[in-house]
Amino acid sequence: MTSIMAAKVKAKRVAQLIAHGKRLDGRELYSHREVQIESGLIERAEGSARVRLGKTEVLVGVKIEMGEPFSDTPNEGVLTVNAELVPLASPTFEAGPPDENSIELARVVDRGIRESKAIATDDLVIEPGKKVFVVFIDVYVLNHDGNLIDASALGALAALVNTKMFNYEVKEGEVKIKPGYKPLPLKNHPVAVTFAKINGQLIVDPWLEEEQVMDARLTMAFEKDGKLCAMQKGGYGTFTMQQVLEAAKIGQQKAAELRALVVKE
Amino acid sequence: MSQKKPEKLIDENDIRYDGRKLNELRAVKIEVGVLGNADGSAYIEQGKNRILAAVYGPREIHPKHQALPDRAALRCRYHMAPFSVQERKSPAPSRRELEISKVMREALEPSVFTEYYPRTAIDLFVEVLQADGGTRCAGITVASLALADAGIPMRDLVSACAAGKVEGRLVLDLNDVEDKSSDGADMPIAYMPNLNAVTLLQMDGMLTSEEFEQVLNMGIEGCRQIGQIQKEALKARYTAVKEAAAEKEEETEEEAGEE
Amino acid sequence: MPIFHEKRQLVTPGDLLAENDYISGENTYKENGKIYATRIGLFNHDQKRVFVVALKSFYVPMVGDTVIGKVLEVTLGGWIVDIRAPYVAMLRASDALERPVRPQKDDLPALFDVGDMMIAKIVAYDRTRDPLLTVLERGLGKVTRGQMIEITPTKIPRVIGKAGSMITMIKNETGCQIAIGQNGRIAIMGKTPEDERSAIMAIRMVEQEAHTSGLTDRVTEMLRKEKSEKSKEVVEYVSKET
Repeated sequence: MTSIMAAKVKAKRVAQLIAHGKRLDGRELYSHREVQIESGLIERAEGSARVRLGKTEVLVGVKIEMGEPFSDTPNEGVLTVNAELVPLASPTFEAGPPDENSIELARVVDRGIRESKAIATDDLVIEPGKKVFVVFIDVYVLNHDGNLIDASALGALAALVNTKMFNYEVKEGEVKIKPGYKPLPLKNHPVAVTFAKINGQLIVDPWLEEEQVMDARLTMAFEKDGKLCAMQKGGYGTFTMQQVLEAAKIGQQKAAELRALVVKE
Repeated sequence: MSQKKPEKLIDENDIRYDGRKLNELRAVKIEVGVLGNADGSAYIEQGKNRILAAVYGPREIHPKHQALPDRAALRCRYHMAPFSVQERKSPAPSRRELEISKVMREALEPSVFTEYYPRTAIDLFVEVLQADGGTRCAGITVASLALADAGIPMRDLVSACAAGKVEGRLVLDLNDVEDKSSDGADMPIAYMPNLNAVTLLQMDGMLTSEEFEQVLNMGIEGCRQIGQIQKEALKARYTAVKEAAAEKEEETEEEAGEE
Repeated sequence: MPIFHEKRQLVTPGDLLAENDYISGENTYKENGKIYATRIGLFNHDQKRVFVVALKSFYVPMVGDTVIGKVLEVTLGGWIVDIRAPYVAMLRASDALERPVRPQKDDLPALFDVGDMMIAKIVAYDRTRDPLLTVLERGLGKVTRGQMIEITPTKIPRVIGKAGSMITMIKNETGCQIAIGQNGRIAIMGKTPEDERSAIMAIRMVEQEAHTSGLTDRVTEMLRKEKSEKSKEVVEYVSKET
């Protein structure tokens, strides 16, 4: 019943507070909301995790199937990320084929995982050129309260950490499943950190009210050694070069904090 | 993860392979009011089923031509997550999902006072996060609670349960493996317990008239049990608020007494 | 003349409340001589009527109600306004300007633009059309500053209090101007954001503990504690400086 559009009065209030280094929900400028992670809740899936970032809630499932490799990469397995902005998550989501927002979300999450080489796709080959494992990562947004990217990326990482593959052997061209499971070989742990720019000021982890008044957003993904592995700027506003560098510095630290919640060293 | 299919689904002592008796429901857990944005919501775990329902409305209807002049249009979308089933399912709606969306809507419509809100839409979304047979029934059970949680006036809660035949014996609440067994029958039922009204009835398989009557009775009894669980879950959601307030009242009374 | 529940007992939709000679009141319906609940809530009755105090419901427009709305669209003749109800409301230009409207000359967005909040009154509403608003009375008009919160509409009477006792106390303790919409929206305009936050805390406290007694005293105590803690901080800060 309620429209999600931010009232002008609220937009002014948000901008005013931020100019004084405060946010409407009492957070520091560079603080994430409270994070809750639960893994393995969907046993049908090879791996799964649910992330709550404040009130934003995302469920990620990993399914591993056998399939054919792409013709240009015959000796590599396949990784594919899909995101669903299902209507129950927000009055602004409509049922139907993925729109540009769900496609962008999927591709940004994909970029972090792919570019950091988190999943060694040459480990996923069963029969070179003929049969490989296809890793499906499905991001399911259950409640949208801002910053779907960070929640989804963290959920994808947690789901991958949780993922188990069945044991198998290839006999006479046929794949025979053996008893037992082994964890999916993960070589890296990418984490995304999203900044929003409001009134010239950068903040981390915008929630819905802030997203509605922000000029633009900048997402940066970091792999486990602190290197940048993906970036995405969104929205109609702009960032100065200094802001981009500042975001990279802060983001690296924030990514390490988030990563520690999923991966115990 | 793959499932091992057992040799026999029911043994000589009439115990099912998952340990249940013939007329026993799977373990059910329900939570009401789980989503922040939806006007009403509820979540159910029934055996391995994990299903989420949410309601938005009554709200303005888009597209306008779907508006009804004398009541709210109840719209329902049943959808399965790609990771909810054994073999990953494409997110695009299948014919099965479209049919289930329709029968679910028809199962819930009789319970809602749509005539109070003409020209609006009441939008119901049911997402199956993990499936193990009987998802349309569990979906109706939890959708009905989502409607109540949204404060939409209703004639009764709708409780749903399936009954049928497996390996020659009449059983309650079939799971996926039992449902897929050959020579059986599966009959999903939705029922408004206080009004003795059946709002959904479907069947796959073959039953004699005697078997049918027995299965129907078993199913309706299952619906009643589900109805009890629904009521408890709904009350639990609102008792928490009431109790928190009552506790505060006690605290301050004590303080006042001490002075 | 059977009644099936005790007063203040929690009932759910479809629960049988009474039979035969009672009249079905709020949040109930009668069929074949039996009265059932339509919403989850607390059961109650008097000599004649059986009714349920709903714990969860939404706002349905009523003529004469003051509501707080958000402009969704500016049209040729006025504005489409979200009032947090199943229906959007219309504010015609003639109900916003004190003189006749001149379509060519009058700049409607200057008066209310998309996203603006307003305090308005419902002047007309029936089953065949969306509610109509006016802002031409005293106390109505655009909200230009402060914060807005939303609470369950059923709790609004508690926030107002008997003869306005609760809301008057909150206004006095926080020094804020507060406009209450029957649709569950409340506009709070204070001298500082901290004052506004105190008022919001007080209102949320009323919303949570609406069913209890002695609430006005407890809220007053909470607000006074807040104020004294804040002035302590100021004193410490000042003494650090000097």
